[in-house]
Amino acid sequence: MMEQLSVFVDNRPGRLNAVTGILRDHQIDIRAMTIADHRAYGVVKLLVSDSRLAHRALVDQGFAAALKPVLAIAIEDRPGGLHELLEVLAERAINVLDAYGFVVAPGQRAVWCMEVDDPDAVARLIAARGLEVLADHELYRL
Amino acid sequence: MSVPVWNPAVEFMEREALERLQLTRLRQTVAWALKTPFYRRRLAEVGLTHPEDLGSLRDLRKLPYTTKDDLRAAFPDGLLAVDLERTVRLHTSSGTTGMPTVIYHTRPDLDHWTELVARCIVAAGATARDVFQNMTNYGMFTGGLGLHYGAERVGMLVIPVSSGNTGRQIHLMRNFQTTVVHATPSYLLHLHAALAGEGVTVDQLRLRKAFIGAEPHSEETRRKIEALFGIQAYNSYGLSEMNGPGVAFECVHQTGLHLWEDAYMLEIIDPGTLQPLPEGQTGEIVMTTLQRQATPLLRYRTRDLSHLVSGNCPCGRTHRRLARIKGRSDDMLIVNGVNVFPSQIEDVLMKTPEVGTNYLIQLEKRGSLDRLVVKTEIYAKLFTGDPRTLDDLRERIGEALRSAILIKPTVELHEPGSLPVSEGKAKRVVDLRPAF
Repeated sequence: MMEQLSVFVDNRPGRLNAVTGILRDHQIDIRAMTIADHRAYGVVKLLVSDSRLAHRALVDQGFAAALKPVLAIAIEDRPGGLHELLEVLAERAINVLDAYGFVVAPGQRAVWCMEVDDPDAVARLIAARGLEVLADHELYRL
Repeated sequence: MSVPVWNPAVEFMEREALERLQLTRLRQTVAWALKTPFYRRRLAEVGLTHPEDLGSLRDLRKLPYTTKDDLRAAFPDGLLAVDLERTVRLHTSSGTTGMPTVIYHTRPDLDHWTELVARCIVAAGATARDVFQNMTNYGMFTGGLGLHYGAERVGMLVIPVSSGNTGRQIHLMRNFQTTVVHATPSYLLHLHAALAGEGVTVDQLRLRKAFIGAEPHSEETRRKIEALFGIQAYNSYGLSEMNGPGVAFECVHQTGLHLWEDAYMLEIIDPGTLQPLPEGQTGEIVMTTLQRQATPLLRYRTRDLSHLVSGNCPCGRTHRRLARIKGRSDDMLIVNGVNVFPSQIEDVLMKTPEVGTNYLIQLEKRGSLDRLVVKTEIYAKLFTGDPRTLDDLRERIGEALRSAILIKPTVELHEPGSLPVSEGKAKRVVDLRPAF
């Protein structure tokens, strides 16, 4: 399973690059990033090359940041690739709380990242269907 | 009943008799006030030229208010009601924010003041057997001399050390086995922290009580002082315009501050509308002196906020009780016609662990309506990373604020360290509403 880094940022100019600047200073690579906008603030979610180091670096600089397990699932980058995965979830009535996806190798590999209520159980279910649930280091081998 | 009491005839006086006494003294005070140019003009404006024009205590409401600005404008002697020859002391404010205010005293005025302080000291359970170390400033500041003379009258052994020089304070406490001190709450916390550096432990002291006042403080601060020293601490309220200390004081039950109503007429008003408020509602304390001949003050707006504690105190005193001071009416905000005090908002935020202690209150205009925005910082250690818990938190703070101030503000969450810090005199209110 992967660790997702969440960072609380004020919704004003200069805050997002304060986060990316700290990551750069620690030579941390960003694989994926989304922002949940809540008007005055946003929660930035990141998948990075070293989530523990990134977390510590941000907290040291006064940021409110947290680590949370998420499911990162390797899927095929073709029409219907994501749909097949979501069908599995729908069959078992599993609710997706938050999700985002990105392509790693165009036409070949994509990654679907999601938060669910019971990530361990869902990981077992997905693995049983022959899909690959990625760990931190595996994402960076793709 | 073994309640310690200095003047039982007055302190336990039936309300009816007390109010008769108040009316007599109020008329006397108006008679004194009419000797000053300031009040002669003010009272003529409301058609009052003779003390007997006051038919009952309710007529107090016909009298004009007096403000600190009035006192400044009357500098130096526009409010002096006797010949200078009869005065024996004056106290002035520091004047750092404008002209100083001056309060003159005749010998009987000082005598009455001392009597009030003696009542306070005894009500808090101190006796002639106590050793009293007075750690507040002597001189123009009324706290030092006020408590000094009251303590002497009670018969305590008084150590008039005044403020500062913490090392000396500690050694005096140990050498003379001080049992009661008078200080500001913040100084007592400082003094405790300095004990170790002087090689003195709490066990080597015989301290049993502290009188604390001269700065607003919370119940938590009082309990902290009590726990640190293993003593009881009693809240004292006073202001130089009303002599100084001795206006209101906690008795041994610590359930609010008895205000000596034979010496002061008490009103609680809405600082926005200036109308008297029903008992129990928070507003500005307004007081009229009833026993001070040299400088009588009618309906003086103290700018301090409090409310009356309902019910009777177990001690049996009939003089009503003020709750601890909540803040200054200068701080009051009027939002869509509702009075809001920043301290009410602060209280709610302090009770919410997920947010820090820094906050900012912003007022905006949206069309014809005011909009209240409360900005607070999330507490980094309790951040879960889940945006939904932040929405729940905002909703929870919004609801708590609505039940406290009757308005639901917009709650904004901000990054730690992005708002003005809570220490010192940070600017906590930003009013962006256009002035008319």
